[in-house]
Amino acid sequence: MSWLGVFLLALQTALGFPAASYALAATGLNLQFGYTGLSNFGMVAFLMMGAYGMAISADRGWGIWVGFALGITAAVVLALLLGIPTLRLRADYLSVVTIATAEILRLVIAARPSAELTGAARGIGGLSSELGFFRPNFIPEGSYGFGDDFVFNSRQLWSMLVCWSLVLLSTLLIRTWVRSPWGRVLRAIREDEDAARSLGKNVVIYKLQSFVIGGVIGSLAGAMMALDSGSVGPARWIAPLTFALYTVVILGGAGTVWGPIVGAVVYWFVLDFADGALNNLWFEVSDTTSGAFRLTLMGIGLMLLMVFRPQGILGNKKEAFAVGR
Amino acid sequence: MDADATTADPFADVAPTPGVAKPDPILVADGVQRRYGGLTAVDVAHLELQRGVITSLIGPNGAGKTTFFNLLTGFDKANAGTWTFEGEKANGVRPHHLARRGMVRTFQLTKALGRMTVLDNMLLAGRDQTGESALKSLVKPLWRDEEAANVERAHELLVRFKLDALADEYAAGLSGGQRKLLEMARALMTDPTLVMLDEPMAGVNPALTQSLLGHVTALRDEGMSVLFVEHDMDVIMTISDWVVCMAEGTIIAEGRPADIAGNDAVIEAYLGIDHGNTTTGEIR
Repeated sequence: MSWLGVFLLALQTALGFPAASYALAATGLNLQFGYTGLSNFGMVAFLMMGAYGMAISADRGWGIWVGFALGITAAVVLALLLGIPTLRLRADYLSVVTIATAEILRLVIAARPSAELTGAARGIGGLSSELGFFRPNFIPEGSYGFGDDFVFNSRQLWSMLVCWSLVLLSTLLIRTWVRSPWGRVLRAIREDEDAARSLGKNVVIYKLQSFVIGGVIGSLAGAMMALDSGSVGPARWIAPLTFALYTVVILGGAGTVWGPIVGAVVYWFVLDFADGALNNLWFEVSDTTSGAFRLTLMGIGLMLLMVFRPQGILGNKKEAFAVGR
Repeated sequence: MDADATTADPFADVAPTPGVAKPDPILVADGVQRRYGGLTAVDVAHLELQRGVITSLIGPNGAGKTTFFNLLTGFDKANAGTWTFEGEKANGVRPHHLARRGMVRTFQLTKALGRMTVLDNMLLAGRDQTGESALKSLVKPLWRDEEAANVERAHELLVRFKLDALADEYAAGLSGGQRKLLEMARALMTDPTLVMLDEPMAGVNPALTQSLLGHVTALRDEGMSVLFVEHDMDVIMTISDWVVCMAEGTIIAEGRPADIAGNDAVIEAYLGIDHGNTTTGEIR
């Protein structure tokens, strides 16, 4: 495989569904973390809600819209359950509670007694045929792209298109929000809760709103992941996925409107480019070795970013360095 | 600085004794206590704050001034006690509700919102903003006019506090003194009736202290009531209409600045007990 081939393959992931779904989830996390300063270390739990909402709906034959509704409702309930007791307390409590809850939920879903509902460790499959996500596919059959490496089939194009549309919609929604007085209160809470309180803002309500909205966007990302892959299982929803989303948010620039999109594209491009280069150009390494190796490269890349551009790709340097109160 | 000659001295018939009643109190506190384990940080039996004057709260370090401040403004929970603001119950009320009722405070360690511009700091403080509702914020026509009015008012205040040139700078870039000014300007943006300033002059150079003092007296002249915590005796004597002195959590004296200056209890609290000629040991 040539350098060009590796480049195109990486570009395919960076423009394709993987980046789109990460961008969507990161948009939700960015509202919580980037704008409100909430350290939600269990974002993956919200993705899980969306994915399993869709899967359970398919399993019972309720259809795709019920699937979305189920995922969103579950995300709202989860956000309220986690938020009401912890958002009154210091920021650390939210981090501890969310990371623990995400793990507990994953283990409960994978446990044998849950098999009736969640399929336990085997998960739920055959979602696409059940829900017909690819049936009203307006893109004719065939493959699109050029060469051998930059090719999407009609199904891939369809899920890309739907997911990027959701990304665009939620980004525009967030853009309207953060530019309004409502967004100003969120940023004030990120900077100093007590100052916001002393000026008459009900801090807990704003934090809850941000937490719920971010969680719902996360659940949409989870639902899209379930629709795209056609199956869900518990193995995917592990803490490293949350950390990857943080990487995306920080890479693009936390607290910027377009940061999550840029972050997701760059994240997947770098990851897949490193992967391709390692596998096909330099050595014949096993998949597991290159998997570890590309994460090492990602880590070095992040360190360099933190040293030379800590505000992220889109971040405003003046704002990021405006420390002290 | 004497009170306006046309208005009668509100303290004409008020005796300089701790817990004395005032003719027109804006805030009345009774039996306020805050304990940390075995230590009683605040134990105020009765205190009334006169409306429309500058009252300063003084006392040595650890006297419980800031804790008392935090209790009154809802930032800390009292173990016992009741207090009213404008005649309505104010104990057990959350801080943002008190702020909306017109009791605004600043902090000893300034809380300028660093990664927001000076103008955004000001706009945040605007009262009852339609655009601060999650749903209505999405429809700009609902709040556009209100926002424009707030921007105008914010600019007026910034001009008054000589911060207008810095409106678009991030607040973190301001000097310590400018942050104090910003915090005071921001507090005014909430249209308060009682302004509570926690050591507004701490760590500020003498020239700026004078300007801050000017701003504090201006608040009173505009009809607001001011309560402020301060250490500097010169500052207190210059601008206060009434002085309350705390030591070890209780109020040990109150009165006009002149009453306080000669008060034995106050001198004792600040300088320690005068043992006169008696000594407990012999120096060889």
